[in-house]
Parts: sequence; C-alpha cells; structure tokens
Amino acid sequence: MQMPEPDGRILSRKAEVVRRLAEVLSDDALIHAPEELRAYECDALTAYACPPLAVVLPVSTEEVAACLKVCHEERVPVVPRGSGTSLAGGALPTADCVILGVSRMTEVLETDYADRIIRVQTGRTNLSVTGAVEADGFFYAPDPSSQLACAIAGNIAMNSGGAHCLKYGVTTNNLLGATVVLMDGTVVELGGAHMDAGGLDLLGLVCGSEGQLGVVTEATLRILPKPEGARPCLIGFDASETAGQCVSDIIKVGILPVAIEFMDRPCIRATDDFSGAGYPDCAAMLIVEVEGSDAEIDEQLGVITQIARRLDPVEVRVSQSEEESARIWLGRKSAFGAMGQLNDYICLDGTIPVGELPHVLRRIGEMAKGYGLEVANVFHAGDGNMHPLILFNANEDGQLETAERLGEDILRLCVEVGGCLTGEHGVGVEKRDLMAAQFDVPDLEAQMRVKDVFDPGWLLNPAKVFPLETSAARRAVAAE
Amino acid sequence: MADLVPASELELAEAVRSARGSLAIRGGGTRAPQAEGDVLSIAGLTGITLYEPGALTMTARAGTSMSEIGEALAAEGQRLAFEPWDARAVLGRSGTPTLGGCVATNASGPRRVSAGACRDAILGLRFVDGSGEILKNGGRVMKNVTGLDLVRLMCGSRGTLGAITEVSLKLLPGVAATATLTAEGLSVEQAVRAMAAALGTPFEVTGAAHEPQAGATHLRLEGSEASVSYRAERLAAALGDHGAWSVAQGEGPWPRIRDAADLAGEADLWRISVRPSRAPEVVRALPGRYLLDWGGGLVWAEAPPGTDLRADLPGIGHATLLRAAPETHARLGSVQPEAEAVARLTGGIRDTFDPSGRFRARPVAA
Repeated sequence: MQMPEPDGRILSRKAEVVRRLAEVLSDDALIHAPEELRAYECDALTAYACPPLAVVLPVSTEEVAACLKVCHEERVPVVPRGSGTSLAGGALPTADCVILGVSRMTEVLETDYADRIIRVQTGRTNLSVTGAVEADGFFYAPDPSSQLACAIAGNIAMNSGGAHCLKYGVTTNNLLGATVVLMDGTVVELGGAHMDAGGLDLLGLVCGSEGQLGVVTEATLRILPKPEGARPCLIGFDASETAGQCVSDIIKVGILPVAIEFMDRPCIRATDDFSGAGYPDCAAMLIVEVEGSDAEIDEQLGVITQIARRLDPVEVRVSQSEEESARIWLGRKSAFGAMGQLNDYICLDGTIPVGELPHVLRRIGEMAKGYGLEVANVFHAGDGNMHPLILFNANEDGQLETAERLGEDILRLCVEVGGCLTGEHGVGVEKRDLMAAQFDVPDLEAQMRVKDVFDPGWLLNPAKVFPLETSAARRAVAAE
Repeated sequence: MADLVPASELELAEAVRSARGSLAIRGGGTRAPQAEGDVLSIAGLTGITLYEPGALTMTARAGTSMSEIGEALAAEGQRLAFEPWDARAVLGRSGTPTLGGCVATNASGPRRVSAGACRDAILGLRFVDGSGEILKNGGRVMKNVTGLDLVRLMCGSRGTLGAITEVSLKLLPGVAATATLTAEGLSVEQAVRAMAAALGTPFEVTGAAHEPQAGATHLRLEGSEASVSYRAERLAAALGDHGAWSVAQGEGPWPRIRDAADLAGEADLWRISVRPSRAPEVVRALPGRYLLDWGGGLVWAEAPPGTDLRADLPGIGHATLLRAAPETHARLGSVQPEAEAVARLTGGIRDTFDPSGRFRARPVAA
C-alpha cells in the first residue's frame, strides 16, 4: 500500500502552521511535539503508520471551523479522526497533514423522548449514546463491534453497521441531522429532528463519505424504545452450506430476526477456548436472535428451530436465561479478540448476496489453501456481510503481503458474485486500490466530482477511498 | 415533439446526449408537476430483473409499474418496507405509478416511522446523468459502504440530476395480521402526545396518524396474530391516560391515510415535514383541511390557491408544494428554498450531474 509523498513545502512551514493553529485553539488542544504525535500515527489498521504534522483536538464546532479555515488558507491536508478505531485506515495520517480529532467533543446537547431523538457532539462514543438514554428505556441501534470505543463521528464517516442492523439498519438509517464544517470553515446544517430531506439528500451523501466532504461535529440521531426482551438460539451444522440454507429458509418464512450471526469451525474453536461459551464443535454455527415479549420470542424461536431441525442440525440450543444468552453472545462478540490471541489477522468486510454464501465460503477455503494460509469466518449472515479473518504471522517475512494478496482475491470474489468490497468498515486506504474492481471509471469520476463540490482543493482526507492514480490529477492541482 | 420513449438504458443515454432543449423525465406521470421541454419517458424500461425472496432483495427497471412489483411480492408473501404513497388521488391523475417515480420522489408512507423511508430501502441504482453518461452506485446487497453514497442523493432528487433506469430494493416479509387502535375526539395536541407515547413503547407501532375531519387518531400494529393481539392489549393499556382506544382487525384506514385520499380537491396541497412535537404549532397556522401522519412529523395541508404557506410556518423542516397551478409552482418553488451554504452545495451538485441544465425544466400550464 502506497501513500503519497509528503509535500516538502508544507513540512518546511510546520512552525508557521502550528503558530496559526495555536492562535485559534486553547493551549492543550494542539499537539506538535514529535514524541506526542506518535499516539496518532495509525488507527486500528496498525500495519501502516506515519506521524502527522500536528494534531488538533477542538472542543466546539466553532473551533473546528477555525482550525479548518487555517488549514485551508495554509493548504495543509486534514485527516479527520473519531476514536481511531478504523480497520480500513480511514484515519491514517500523512506526514504533511493535520489530524483533526473530535475526541474532546462528547457532550449530549439534547434528548427528546417524544420526538425520539438525541443530539450529540460527535466525539461521543457509540455505546455512551445508548448509555445516555437507556435508563429511560431507549437505545441507539447501530452497534459496531468497537462500540465501546468508536465515536459517532467515525460511525457517520464510515456509515457503520453492526450485528443488529438486519432489523434496525445502519448509521445512515438512524441519522436525522448533522452539523457539518466544510474545508473552508463554512458551517452547514443538514436535516434536523424531522424525517426527510426537502431538497437533495445531502445528509445521505455526507454519511459514509469517509471524512472527505466535511467534518461532522454534531449529530441528531434516532433513538428507539428498547424491546421488551430478546433471546438468541444457537444452531450448529456439519456443513456451511446447510447453515446458509437455514438463513435463507428463515427469511423466506417471513421472520425477520434482529440478528443472524455465522461462525465457522476455526472461529468457533478459538472463541470457545477464549470465552468458555460452550459452543458445539461443528463446521458452522448460527446465532439467531429475536425480540419481543416472552410469548412472542417463544413463537418466533419455535418457527426458527423447526426450520433448523428439518436441516439435520448438530445442535439446537434455545437460550433459557439471561445468563445463557450472554454466554451465547460472548463468544461471538469476542471473536476478533480471540483470533488476535492466536494469530495476526486481516479482517475483511465484503458483502455478498445471501444466496451465494455456500459458494463463496467454498471458494475462500480453496483460495486460502492456494496461498498456504488459514481463514476463519465470522459474519452477519442475514445481510451477507462477511468478515473473513485471514490468519498470518507478521514476524515472518512476506506473510503480510501474502495475506493482503489473498484478501484482495477474496474481495474481488465478493464483487464477482454481485456483492461489494466493504459492508461496514469503509474503503479507507485498505480497499482504495481495489475500487476499480467494483466501479467503472465514470462511476468513480462521478463520486470525485461530488468531492470537488464540497472540497475543491482536495485537502480533506485526500489519499483515501479513490485509487491514488485515479485521484492523482486532482491532488496535484491542490498541491500547486 | 412526441415523447421520447427509449426502449433501453443505452437508448435513453443516447436520447439525452442528442437532446437540444430541456427534458422532463416522466415515469407514470402521476406525481410531478407538468414541466416544459420534451418528455423523456422511462415507460419503455420495464421488468423485474432479479428477485431473491430468501435475500429480501429485488431489482427492477425504473419504468416497472408499482402494481407489477406489488403482485410479484405478494406472491412470495413479501412487501416494500416503506409503503409508497400513490399520488393519483390527491393530484387527480390517471397514469400508472412507476418504481422510478417513486424513488425519484422518495415516496414514503405511514411505515416511515418504524421501517424507514424509501431512501432507506434502496440498495443501489443505475441512472443516466445530464451528459448522457450511464452511472451506477450501491449494489444489490444489504450492507454496502463502498464509495460515496450517490444512492441517497438520487433518491428524492426529483429527476433533476438524472434519469434513474434501474433500482435494487430491500424488502420486508409480509405480515399475517394488522390491527388498528383508534381513539376519537382528541385535540391535535392530545393526538400528537398520544402518538409520541405510543411510538415510545416497545410495541412496534408501524403507523401513527391523526384525521381531524373524522376526529380520529389511529395507531397500527403488524405481525403474527398472537403477537398483534398481545400488543394491542398492552398498547391500549399503556395509553389509557391518552384516551379510550378501540381495536379493529384488518387493513383499516391506512391506504387512505397513506395517500391522503380525503384531501382530494381543488385547493393547493402541501406536504410539510416537521419535528413531530411541533405539529400542533404548524396546525394552528394552517388555513384549511389537514392530516397528520408519522406521529405528527408529516402534515398534509390544504391552502387557498397561490398562498405561500411557508411564510406562515417558521421553524419547520421543510414544505413541498404538491398540488397547485403551474404558476404557483414556478413562483413559490415546489421544494423549500435552502439556506445559502446548503444551496451552494446543491447548486454545485446539479452543475456536476447536469452541466447544461437539461433536467431543470420549469413547471408550465398543463
């Protein structure tokens, strides 16, 4: 993976840029000492790192606007950062950029249960949005695995999903309004507490734009009343194909579970050892969760287990208690941590049409064998969002590169069968150079023209999302 | 000049490239104000090209009629999550609503409050922009964050950025039972409070509307028979302080509410999007008949011909003019004027996708 060469003219002006940023920020909001900048050299895609020119940590929309205005005038690239949990390198710096972090902007600005909205500063973490309303029986639905740490700003930038979006949708479906600061410092209000756009849906455009159109500083989010209850069941099969069939059969019969999660044998074994969840040792396992009153849950789980039993399962286990539900989920939720204890891994995020699941799983196994690597699969099966984990040893020369090549092959396969490169993590730098596999030149050109409108100088997160050679001309003009 | 009715996406792109003047994109002609310029019809682009019930996914060409889509879905016991409204009743039109027109206007019905809007159910689409370029965005899978989201941008863009040619939809399973709880005689303030309380319960209310002419406030529950009857009982009990609620099984008033069918007539008709709790303030400023949907978040309002209703409604989200003389559409603008900074972005995007202004036809007399 390449990043553009830093602009020497900016590096040589560091003192002047820092001086001007200091003028618009309080003392502790500006970081520019080399040893302190190391904390911001990467995000959760830790294979790549580069300390930035400086880091600013503003506390308000006004301060964000002032910082962006300075950077715009100085023609310094800006990389926005939420909590730095991106698995795609969305917040990876270049040496000539200013990192704009929103981590100190964590206030709840307004809560309104009658209108079912909460307005927050976007540095607030995902889980603490729910934390602010759950005592009153409400929650914020998108639940990425990193929800303890990840910020709403990053959720909006990447249009994050989670395990429960089969029923509740992803970030864009739960975002009603945003305060957005453009690169030149202009503050724009999009949407609000009402439910649709009057003119063009610019809010929908900004959500998922990976920090390339503007910095979202405040967000109005839809909150939902908590269901009366929720309970999972666990279903084990001796073949991935059968698990795929079971998912399709459940959906066809007219039940929409709140989550359908899938794990294969390597993942089941690793997570069970790690968490003591008590999973069956089988080729494929589903966790299917439904919501409602006890009777409603019983009714839905009855139908689901009936469907499963027709497919000759290894095990069907319906949770009988809160504790058992927590145990069933524990393994799934600790999957990435458990795999991380055993190996280095690359976590992919392609989505495929649900019907292609058996075929794609078989092909992934064959491809992995071809590269001499192992792949563990854990993913949101109801919506086809796969997370193949490619296991490798970072200390062995060349293994990272081999693992990355396998990752590219798997993502190309996802596109070939009618899917996409990324379902919820974003493109960042990780999938940037694969974009041409999914989009034709005019499609990418159309997206870049939209960025031109918001950020004509291509200063906001410029080296992400689009293949470097595709965006080269625009970035070159910006550097002149 | 006769309408342009291309038979394929390629022909449509060619028609746009070779057009000299402005073009008015037309689906079934059931929604848009009459506009100047040659009609560019998508009626030749029809057919469901992919339907996977087990994946809750359908792809269809933009000229496919909504009734054809509805029949295909019904055969598999599925439905569209967003319950698109049909504009024929209030606009007095007779055409056939198409998928393209529905998406271009982000046509969303009562289920908006729970299942989301049309824009939330669109997985991907293809369109031809004002330069005649064929573009695609999104895909046919449920979760997709690859690249900038032009799907949401196109949905609701009212034919001003391009002609949508194909759409992939996320579907919902159908339901076995529907029940409607109705309270009579509530004031608009009481009704909005009751609807907010209902939508704040865990009982999954999928419709919340207030019909002042009938003096009725309605709440909808959908699901299995056992579940609906359980929730109806619990919801009525939870709302005891908000009125006396009767329960009726079946489809109920929802098709009529969805289409605002009772507001058919000659007066101008507006569709106002507002923060739900502020609906009573809006209602007090209205000069004529109205209907509340989305728990108060959507106000359908009549006004005397030519009235600028927006001037009397500060603080609303926005108001769209639906039914009026072409002169009124031209003078007031069909959609709400935007704040300056937003208008600059919007203008830039229009210039990007339609540099020669081909799709910016002005309303004219029918």
